[in-house]
Amino acid sequence: MRKTHFLKPILVAILFSAGTYSAQAADTTGAGATFPYAIYTKWAEKYKAATGQRVNYQGIGSSGGVKQIKAKTVDFGGTDAPLKDSELDAAGLTQFPAVMGGVTIVVNLPGIASGQVKLDGPVSAEIFRGAITKWNDAKITALNPGVALPNTAITVAHRSDGSGTTFVFTHYLAKQSTAFLRDVGAGNTVNWPANGVGGKGNPGVAANVQKIAGAIGYVDIADAMQNKMNFVALKNKAGNYIVPNQAAVEAAAMSANFKVKGMAPDLLDQSHKNAWPITSATYVLAYKKGADAARQKGVVDFFSWSLHNGQKMAEELGFVPLPPSVVKMVEAEMKNIK
Amino acid sequence: MTEPVDLHAGRVAVFRRQDRLFHGVTQFFASIVFLTLFGILVSLGVEAYPSLSTFGMAFVWTDVWDAPDEKFGALIQIYGTLATSVIALLIAVPVSFGVALFLTETCPIWLRRPLGTAVELLAGIPSIVYGIWGLFVFAPLFAEHVQPHLQAAVGDIPVLRGLFAGAPMGIGILTAGLVLSLMVIPFVASVMRDVFETTPPVLKESAYGVGCTQWEVVTRIVLPYTRVGVIGGIMLGLGRALGETMAVTFVIGNANRITGSLFSPGTSIASTLANEFGEASPGLHLSSLFALGLVLFVITFLVLAASNWLIARGRAKAGR
Repeated sequence: MRKTHFLKPILVAILFSAGTYSAQAADTTGAGATFPYAIYTKWAEKYKAATGQRVNYQGIGSSGGVKQIKAKTVDFGGTDAPLKDSELDAAGLTQFPAVMGGVTIVVNLPGIASGQVKLDGPVSAEIFRGAITKWNDAKITALNPGVALPNTAITVAHRSDGSGTTFVFTHYLAKQSTAFLRDVGAGNTVNWPANGVGGKGNPGVAANVQKIAGAIGYVDIADAMQNKMNFVALKNKAGNYIVPNQAAVEAAAMSANFKVKGMAPDLLDQSHKNAWPITSATYVLAYKKGADAARQKGVVDFFSWSLHNGQKMAEELGFVPLPPSVVKMVEAEMKNIK
Repeated sequence: MTEPVDLHAGRVAVFRRQDRLFHGVTQFFASIVFLTLFGILVSLGVEAYPSLSTFGMAFVWTDVWDAPDEKFGALIQIYGTLATSVIALLIAVPVSFGVALFLTETCPIWLRRPLGTAVELLAGIPSIVYGIWGLFVFAPLFAEHVQPHLQAAVGDIPVLRGLFAGAPMGIGILTAGLVLSLMVIPFVASVMRDVFETTPPVLKESAYGVGCTQWEVVTRIVLPYTRVGVIGGIMLGLGRALGETMAVTFVIGNANRITGSLFSPGTSIASTLANEFGEASPGLHLSSLFALGLVLFVITFLVLAASNWLIARGRAKAGR
């Protein structure tokens, strides 16, 4: 008798957890990039309130998202680095953008206001390559007449963890300078120069920039705004100095051509006169032909609802919604998900 | 008369069966530990093989970690791991020693319990809390109030100047070592306290009886009696310092280079794994991360072997 008493609560617990598990199994699950985690979970919360359907997204990183969708353990994957056409075809996947964002350069120069320092792509690449080491270097002062730049050593604050933010930022700099591509490289994890210091996640980089006088770093625009960091005005392809904001990111999307397979045009350094040069989108991966039609429909329903009802939520969280023309294209693309 | 004897024999048989069952169950649990260890070693080796076969043994002494070019060596991480752990032990061992001696020898009885509990509670704080505290509280204070003064005090003394060179950023090898020492102290101190308490009171009382000072009792009686346990405690601390991940990741600066200066940022094996594992591209990068894990495994094994050797040597000496 004692034994049954002892076992009873355990058995009950197992039964209950099995019950909740089977309920969860009907939910839509996704995993991948951490960058859109905030907006996907926000959408999921409102979507559940509106429709009663549950969507569960785990921010495990872009590479993780690609691995998980390929292993078919999730219904959709999230990635900041779009897959190539060949890779999509080989796996039978379709890909579409969900929301946009941008990476911005932030600095800590005591006495100099946000947006006051101007940089262009090539000089930024030289700084992040470790070739320019002082703030009053002639190459920087040439772009900043009238700004009293100090004789402070530059510290490059970068991400220590592999990151989509690093992926976007290093691809932008590599476009500006072949020396940067050669010395540092472009990717999720790169070979930063000797005056670099790594921080974990966007908050880690933000903290390092805010603490170290003379530091320069890169974080996504939403994080930079939340932390009230000092921006750099960056010269775009049209020759204008732009301070990052939502309009500038939208402008970049307007001049990009999304009518390509995988819907992943290069959003960097777009030609629009107000375009923010370091713009990127985050992507959703799903199977064209899934094993379970109901789950496939769950993915389509969630993103259809979100693209119609969730644009304002995205703006509030510092993301930039897709332009209406791109939303139409995503809806057409989602018809392929069956 | 025969009946009670039979009953007795039956009970003996039952006991014997129970014993055998008990033996089997405990053996099973123990073998799970062994199998797990073996399994981890094998899977580490399999995953690390592409990297080790590409770079060979040079992996261990190459100071390059370049993901875009797929060139990997573990020396930077090994240096960071060992340097931070050594700093941590240099600080933690004397402090823990003092804490443990105070708690067992000189502390007023009423203070013993709360102070001992406080030390144990310190060990229960999650390591990420130490990391966040280190980055947001300790590092700025350290950069502003300690590092400049250290540099000024050292001045132009040849070797020390190099050790404390570079911009005082607050994060780096030294900060990681200091935060680690804080995390290691409660472990080492509570082990030391426990072993110090095993010294038979008779020995100490007789020493005091013949007129020994407290210092002499500690160095001549307590320490020799507990040497093995003290070494064990220090090795436990070293093991924790070697493998500590989150706290180190926050404050070490995560830069892939060796400068020789304790102020400059570096990286450790565990922090590199924490940083890069999630987003490593499959292939050489991922394989090299597994190889790093294997290196840490080997280092930990060597530490354990060294401590066992020290303990065995201590026992042999004591026996002589």
